[in-house]
Amino acid sequence: MNNYGWGLPIQASTFAGQIDSGLWIIHAAMIGIFVLWGIFFTYLLVKYRRRDGVPARRDEHGEIASLIPDLLVMVFEVGLIVFYALPTWRSVKMTMPDAKDALVVEVTAEQFGWNIRYPGPDGKFGRTKPELVHFSNPLGLDRTDPAAADDIVVSNEMHLPVDTKVLIKLRSKDVVHDLFVPEFRLKQDAMPGMDTPMWVEPNRIGHYEMACAQLCGFGHSLMRGDVYVESRTDFEKWLKARAALNPAPPSATSGGF
Amino acid sequence: MSSDHGHDAHELSFLRKYVFSVDHKVIGLQYLITSFVFLLAGFALMMLMRWQLAFPGRAIPLIGPMFSPDLAPNGVMSGEFYNALGAMHGTIMIFLGIVPLGVAAFGNYVLPLQIGAPDMAFPRLNMMSYWLYLPAGTLMLLSFFLPGGAAQSGWTSYPPLSVINPGQTVWLLAMVLLITSSLLGAINFLVTSINMRAPGLTLMRLPVFVWSEMVASVILLLAFPPLEAAAILQLMDRVAHTSFYMPKDLVILGQRYAGSGGGQPLLWQHLFWFLAHPEVYVLVLPAMGIVAEIIANNTRKPLHGYKTIVFSMLGVGVMSFLVWAHHMFISGMTPALSNFFLVTTMIISVPSVAILTCLIFSLQGGSIRYNVPMLFALAFLPLFGIGGLTGLPLGLTVTDIYLHDTYYVIGHFHFVVVTGSIIALFAGVYHWFPKWFGRKMNDRLGVIHFWGSVVSMVGIFTPMMIMGLAGASRRLYDPTAQVHNLIVQPLNVVSTYFAAVLGVFQLPFIWNFFHSMFRGEKTPENPWQATTLEWACPSPPPHGNFAKTPRVYRGPYEYSAPGRATDFWPQTDPS
Amino acid sequence: MNATAIENPDTHSGISNAKLGVWLFLASEIMLFATLFTTYIVLRLSATSWPWGWDALNVPLATLNTVILISSSVTIVMAYARAYDRDVRGFRLWMALTLALSFGFLIVKAFEYGHEFSKGIGPSTSVFYAVYFTMTGLHGIHIIGGIIVNSVLLYMSFVQEDWENPLFLGRVEGAGLYWHFVDIVWIFLFPALYLL
Repeated sequence: MNNYGWGLPIQASTFAGQIDSGLWIIHAAMIGIFVLWGIFFTYLLVKYRRRDGVPARRDEHGEIASLIPDLLVMVFEVGLIVFYALPTWRSVKMTMPDAKDALVVEVTAEQFGWNIRYPGPDGKFGRTKPELVHFSNPLGLDRTDPAAADDIVVSNEMHLPVDTKVLIKLRSKDVVHDLFVPEFRLKQDAMPGMDTPMWVEPNRIGHYEMACAQLCGFGHSLMRGDVYVESRTDFEKWLKARAALNPAPPSATSGGF
Repeated sequence: MSSDHGHDAHELSFLRKYVFSVDHKVIGLQYLITSFVFLLAGFALMMLMRWQLAFPGRAIPLIGPMFSPDLAPNGVMSGEFYNALGAMHGTIMIFLGIVPLGVAAFGNYVLPLQIGAPDMAFPRLNMMSYWLYLPAGTLMLLSFFLPGGAAQSGWTSYPPLSVINPGQTVWLLAMVLLITSSLLGAINFLVTSINMRAPGLTLMRLPVFVWSEMVASVILLLAFPPLEAAAILQLMDRVAHTSFYMPKDLVILGQRYAGSGGGQPLLWQHLFWFLAHPEVYVLVLPAMGIVAEIIANNTRKPLHGYKTIVFSMLGVGVMSFLVWAHHMFISGMTPALSNFFLVTTMIISVPSVAILTCLIFSLQGGSIRYNVPMLFALAFLPLFGIGGLTGLPLGLTVTDIYLHDTYYVIGHFHFVVVTGSIIALFAGVYHWFPKWFGRKMNDRLGVIHFWGSVVSMVGIFTPMMIMGLAGASRRLYDPTAQVHNLIVQPLNVVSTYFAAVLGVFQLPFIWNFFHSMFRGEKTPENPWQATTLEWACPSPPPHGNFAKTPRVYRGPYEYSAPGRATDFWPQTDPS
Repeated sequence: MNATAIENPDTHSGISNAKLGVWLFLASEIMLFATLFTTYIVLRLSATSWPWGWDALNVPLATLNTVILISSSVTIVMAYARAYDRDVRGFRLWMALTLALSFGFLIVKAFEYGHEFSKGIGPSTSVFYAVYFTMTGLHGIHIIGGIIVNSVLLYMSFVQEDWENPLFLGRVEGAGLYWHFVDIVWIFLFPALYLL
């Protein structure tokens, strides 16, 4: 993965560029403000150092003068909010794609790993029951539910088709985790007891990292997985191969309660 | 004891005079020493963490083998131990170090003097505050040695992790004690500064430091009880197995959680940040107050924009209650709510910028004396400025998506708290030391301490900003376990070396402090030729402070008034 | 600015330190209980089911307790009035009555808790009971705090020196303010937990 460097990682989602432009604008402004203030500050320190026979001079201008820099900062901030933060936030976090037009993936975090579930051909996530949770069945998937039978569960490996909107339903089994894919500029807490929606549209084929970004216990730093963004056909191929690994649907006789 | 209850200082035993003292000056010094010890303890914990971050998997040198195998098998730090160090570093530095130092130590010693009062309004309550703080802090530190160890869920203690992790119960108990202590202190400061000002010392003649203490006290008074309530609820979750913060159907490491469920983990985050964001201003306001005092004194001119500073502080105080959820933009809270907190966060930056601007403008036209306290106070301005500026991309919802929980956050708040608050608190120590002991701290050692500290602080935290932008996550006990942290890993080594250097440069300070206490150059009552009331009594002030209640005739910073022989015009000078 | 004259020599707020201190303390107490009520609202709004107080708790006993507590607010005002008139016997009588009522409240509360525990109900039973036990428990601790303060005042009325201390009346007033606050908290708790 040559995705990282001393600056921002590569951009691999549609909104990564939007987030980066914000980072650039703010940092340019920050450095500009700091340098200007720094020059002024240094000038004051040198000019007004103590010299014999030169007494301090009390202010002749009023307090209003000190509010001018504030006004400039305020104008900048208002501009940033109105023209950048509000619309971008709306499109990135407040508007979720329709489940019909998007690939829906469920990501369930646990100490210390990720479970990625695809709904299978029927497009429906099947029933899960907490009492069925077992190391071989991390989500407690109830395979007797026809909708669950074809669900595909993968751990620590998320495959996504490129140029497709993906709607991720983020969950947690135990504590608060956080799904962070640096290349996507995507980050969202997985809150237990909640079903947090998030979306991403990967636009670059590659291999990325899904890391946990919220302290989740002693194994927190080991909690990572891989994200593979593939062409549509590669993705379908992978999905089919995974589906073949699913256990056969239980027969009527061996089932029961 | 004799039957008449005299207040004669000579009759007090050693224990009553120096240990269970009700004198605000002794309590102030008790707070000062204790909080510096806690700062040192927090620093030591941080050094261990920094070792692990720079050299993950390598045994801690020298002391590694001394830790129990549970904490550090073969001297190599475990994840549990790292998390405990992280949680305790944050808790100790904030709740046991900087707040008691800034609010309680300086507040106790300086505030009554600056308002011309003989003592605090409730001296015995004051003693009680300290004697709740010390056991709370000791309990917090001792938790490392108690069964279950120290808390390891971060200083933020997010449930459900904090409810299921070991060590948290002691943390919560210590916090409840500490909160009680802070509440008593806050009440005391407020009553003292409202009711016990010297005649003529109207509100608009108060030194900025007193204002900062008042605003900080109001914040403590109103923001701490919600955390106390939240801590009690978390304690109930741990001890009585309630489910305030535990949702239904949790499965923890393969085991179903036994509680009834139905709780809300997000509720804790709201309650916690409802305190913890205002708390940032509790850390910063007294620091700003100290810097303002020192700048006015050493530029030999009145502060620029006294009223602006005072009203900005009040504004910050009020607004600080309305910004808490900017820590929760990506917590799963309704995203629309984030917009509200985005706007309030930008609003609160307005008064903060105003204060900083006024302080910088105060230099204009001055006759700047570069003594040690002034060096620290001046360093505060640009460095705290970095802290403030780097808050901008974090307070902005969109950019926070990427920067949240990265090293950028750590860099940002350490620039605020270390190069902001701690630098200012050092300035305060050098500035008021002559008042405390009638002696002055050594200048040369002070200058060494200054440059060593400032350079190494910048050296520690600047790499963190770069790491954060590169996406490196915080709170990982082994950063190399995640691929996206690998490239910037060398910066962790840089930070660690600078942290060690910072530690070394505190030695001259410690030596200077204790040596000057007894051997320092003797100073007169008012060595800095200052105007405020604390310099109008002997150094150190006797029991009861002022021989007779001072009268105040003017504002706090009448320096270089035209037509006067001296360049300072004390508040008490009737002429 | 007039440099020589003291424009406003009187910098005291006019409220005694003790009274101001108690008011500030009550402000923080309000924040404490406000947080608990917020918790109650948040948990209740997000709950799938929430029992009705009449089914889950003993409303008649709680009503009795409400009456007891309101009466104790009256008696402590009477005690203050007696102290104001320097009537030490009257003060002792009304203060003792206040204490008796507060113990009465705790005894009734103990019966209520005991009844619930005997049914196997505890704080961990459900979020409703968690809220109920925590809030009433914390309120109970405040009652105990009030009992301690009031007992100390009652004891002080037997010590000549304390009774004649000019600060004594202020202390009674502070205790009274606190007691009213504890009473008001209950007046919010009672409908929130038992009736709504």
